[in-house]
Amino acid sequence: MSTATEPVLGFDEALATYDPVMGLEVHVELGTETKMFCGCPTAFGAEPNTQTCPVCLGLPGALPVVNEKAVESAIRIGLALNCSIAPWCRFARKNYFYPDMPKNFQTSQYDEPIAFEGYLDVELDDGSTYRVEIERAHMEEDTGKSLHVGGSTGRIHGATHSLVDYNRAGIPLVEIVTKPMLGAGERAPEVAKAYVATLRDLLKALEVSDVKMEQGSMRCDVNLSLMPKGSAVLGTRTETKNVNSLRSVERAVRYEIGRHAAVLSGGGSITQETRHWHEDTGITTSGRPKSDADDYRYFPEPDLVPVAPAAETVEALRATLPEPPAERRRRLQTTWGYSDLEMRDVMNAGLLELVEETVAAGASPAAARKWWSGEIARRANTEGEDVVTYAERLGVTPAHVVELEGLVTAGRLNDSMARQAWEGVLDGEGTPTAVADARGLELVQDTGALEAAVDAVIAANPDVADKIRDGKVQAVGALIGQVMREMKGQADAGAARTIILERLGQA
Amino acid sequence: MTTDLTRATAAELADLLGAGTVSSREVTQALLDRTAAVDGAVHSYLHVDGEGALGQATEVDRRRAAGESLHHLAGVPVAVKDVLATRGLPTTCGSRILEGWVPPYDATLVTRLREAGMPILGKTNMDEFAMGSSTEHSAFGPSHNPWDLDRIPGGSGGGSSSVVASFQAPLAIGTDTGGSIRQPAAVTGTVGAKPTYGGVSRYGLVALASSLDQAGPCSRTVLDSALLHAVIAGHDPMDSTSIDAPVPAVVEAARRADVSGMRIGIVKELTGEGFQPGVQARFEEAVQHLVDGGAEVVEVSCPSFTYALAAYYLILPSEASSNLAKFDAMRYGLRVSPEGVDAPSAEQVMAATRDAGFGDEVKRRIILGTYALSSGYYDAYYGSAQKVRRLIANDFAAAFERADVLVSPTAPTTAFRLGDKLDDPMAMYLNDIATIPANLAGIPGLSVPSGLADEDGLPAGFQVLAPAMADDRLYAVGAALEARLTAAWGGPLLDRAPDLTEVAR
Ligand SMILES: [Zn+2]
Repeated sequence: MSTATEPVLGFDEALATYDPVMGLEVHVELGTETKMFCGCPTAFGAEPNTQTCPVCLGLPGALPVVNEKAVESAIRIGLALNCSIAPWCRFARKNYFYPDMPKNFQTSQYDEPIAFEGYLDVELDDGSTYRVEIERAHMEEDTGKSLHVGGSTGRIHGATHSLVDYNRAGIPLVEIVTKPMLGAGERAPEVAKAYVATLRDLLKALEVSDVKMEQGSMRCDVNLSLMPKGSAVLGTRTETKNVNSLRSVERAVRYEIGRHAAVLSGGGSITQETRHWHEDTGITTSGRPKSDADDYRYFPEPDLVPVAPAAETVEALRATLPEPPAERRRRLQTTWGYSDLEMRDVMNAGLLELVEETVAAGASPAAARKWWSGEIARRANTEGEDVVTYAERLGVTPAHVVELEGLVTAGRLNDSMARQAWEGVLDGEGTPTAVADARGLELVQDTGALEAAVDAVIAANPDVADKIRDGKVQAVGALIGQVMREMKGQADAGAARTIILERLGQA
Repeated sequence: MTTDLTRATAAELADLLGAGTVSSREVTQALLDRTAAVDGAVHSYLHVDGEGALGQATEVDRRRAAGESLHHLAGVPVAVKDVLATRGLPTTCGSRILEGWVPPYDATLVTRLREAGMPILGKTNMDEFAMGSSTEHSAFGPSHNPWDLDRIPGGSGGGSSSVVASFQAPLAIGTDTGGSIRQPAAVTGTVGAKPTYGGVSRYGLVALASSLDQAGPCSRTVLDSALLHAVIAGHDPMDSTSIDAPVPAVVEAARRADVSGMRIGIVKELTGEGFQPGVQARFEEAVQHLVDGGAEVVEVSCPSFTYALAAYYLILPSEASSNLAKFDAMRYGLRVSPEGVDAPSAEQVMAATRDAGFGDEVKRRIILGTYALSSGYYDAYYGSAQKVRRLIANDFAAAFERADVLVSPTAPTTAFRLGDKLDDPMAMYLNDIATIPANLAGIPGLSVPSGLADEDGLPAGFQVLAPAMADDRLYAVGAALEARLTAAWGGPLLDRAPDLTEVAR
């Protein structure tokens, strides 16, 4: 496989000449207890081939039966994406040979998807909204998974033999396909990322999938083509398969725009093909050519009766839809009193749930935002993890934030001590109280010591003291700072200010 | 009692077993002995499971002796077509590609046979993956017609028809995709029924064409088929196309054997021209017997039947090409490495295995089906065939407005000679011309013997068709006809067949 870097045009340069057209296909593994067409469990990470039966192994004679729960999930996804739900639709067979696929055809939906013609509004960083039109959401089954053994790369070339794990074969998937997205221009990479992020939040809120991109339960294929500016003719597209993180979605779009532009500007033409995304190097490489010769010989699956959800069933499912994430966000922003910027930061950092839980646990919205988006976010970013996963791994919980805020409110810690205590929590030294105890963090409550320090500082800075006596109260900050230094930070700044102003006749 | 147990019907055996006159072990042993004597000549079986059958028989005898309440047919042995998955017993579908494959599970209908306490004698021969009308396409050699060993026993279920006709089993399970139960029944002088599509679970039936396949009973009498039908029919949650409704009262209908007041429709397109004179003559006599029994005859026309064969030979290969894709040498069955290739790729192994493992007829249909489904041809072929299928269903619906059942000869000819049509697929396909429309429409059909054709002295079949879920009507008509014909012949037709023990030496 070639990983040689191809020429890429600069992003701005590319967009000066071309308009990108994107289409995204997102595969979502449904979180049903059992597989799409049999009763086998779907738990992740089980011993290979322990979750199989004649049906999902495609043994001769075995027949599929549709998982009603999966159909319900697919309908709820369709409804949440503002789609129409088909009153009658069928599964089809997609025939092709693939070692991971027991029947050598995939049971999928072709021209009769369960949900079609919807949209999802996506909010961008600048606060504007882009409407992504949804072409369809259809049901299908996942394939098994090959493991190539004996080679150094884990790829089939050089391997002495291959093993196949069919535990994943037959796990229900919903594939959500957008219509071509036009007019996003330079914001195309951002739109792609925001769409996948919004979709992920929506699917999570629906509780239909754990949407873990890193475990492959949500995967994105990026279709991209370029149109010369002013043209209305779509260019040849490439399909970058299995892009596995939000950041990669953005990067893959950006990379393919640059690559297409370089090829087209050089007088070349784009080959219609699938491409592989390389997370490490941030490039795509050529995969299988995709042409009209790809003939899946689709036909209606004769082993399954049509899916015909009753209108009442669909309406009953509509009633189970959660508050749409966008509405929920607006509601929470109002409740919490966050500025637009603060809210966007929280959203972009994926902190909404964590902040909500923390507020529910008793913290103020300000404290919840402050502690989750500060040092821990910085550390998580360095580790290349999202805050939620990172916090989970460290065992840091909303209760810790509540406790920390309590220590500040009770006057035991000032702001800088609280920061030290939080760092201790992140370093695994225990709860905020335990850290404060261990590190001896405690505001000095002894007014005698404080008064002595104030007197010493006033004596040492007669000119500043005079200014304050003359009414320049804002100069008090300099003296407070010195008092704090004198007290090694363990003083209550508010109390110090009160005493200084008293002494200088400004109270 | 001196009854020859191999010649007793299933109903008679059930009575003898119930009365304690004989044991299931005696019956099973008698049938296995008969197999030892004649199957060398007939080749009905691909696998005989004497030990397993005797074990099941012994168990039933024990339970009966213990006073347990058993199914009516408990202890009556049955043979099963080798296209049905049987746990622990080889299942080859008559193909080299599955040689040696032992399924880890039972087909639902096999489970029902076991639950009824019916010993399974073995797996019967068939055209490879049920593709054929003569059983000559079996990779393990043809079966022979007990009436004339040089002739075909029908297909694809020639093993199931000949095992019953040669008294090796009172009952057998067949599968009927375009007539593979009814046509073999016709040419061997036995009874065979294709239930309504979805009436018997397809779970565990290795699919030829999923939308057409239907398992059903083979026997020597109409009542026996009804009894077996009742055991295997009924809803199965493992088969989404299985009908979730009560099974029609087939046994009661067979016992009543009454056609008085019934309107019998003769399908114009399925009689006369193209049918062997002797077959046509027996058909007309049979109709007269039904009229004598109080039925009224009407003529009906089903013009779309002209296209049935063409539509069938597009739909069947299309579905088969997809159903057979799983035989790729990777997980079970045959695996052949291509000659002269070091470290062959998966594709090369697959190609070599399929080349060696599939016979010509299977390859022919895979190629046909792949072509018919390919983009650009789909609408012209598969799409058009589906439209014809709807027209045929409409023709049936209109015909059933005028008649309670429809009748025709089952097959246009008596059994042809082995090898006669092997090189002429179209001639072979034409043998199913009268049976195919029922599969396309999903309606039930039954074949009962109508006598021997004058020109060759071989059995001819009489086909009865009924609307979907009216399977009971088939048995009423079939049993009425059988009663009158048996009386006219002075005994069962099969008594006139040669005694194979002499032929087999
Ligand atoms: Zn399974």
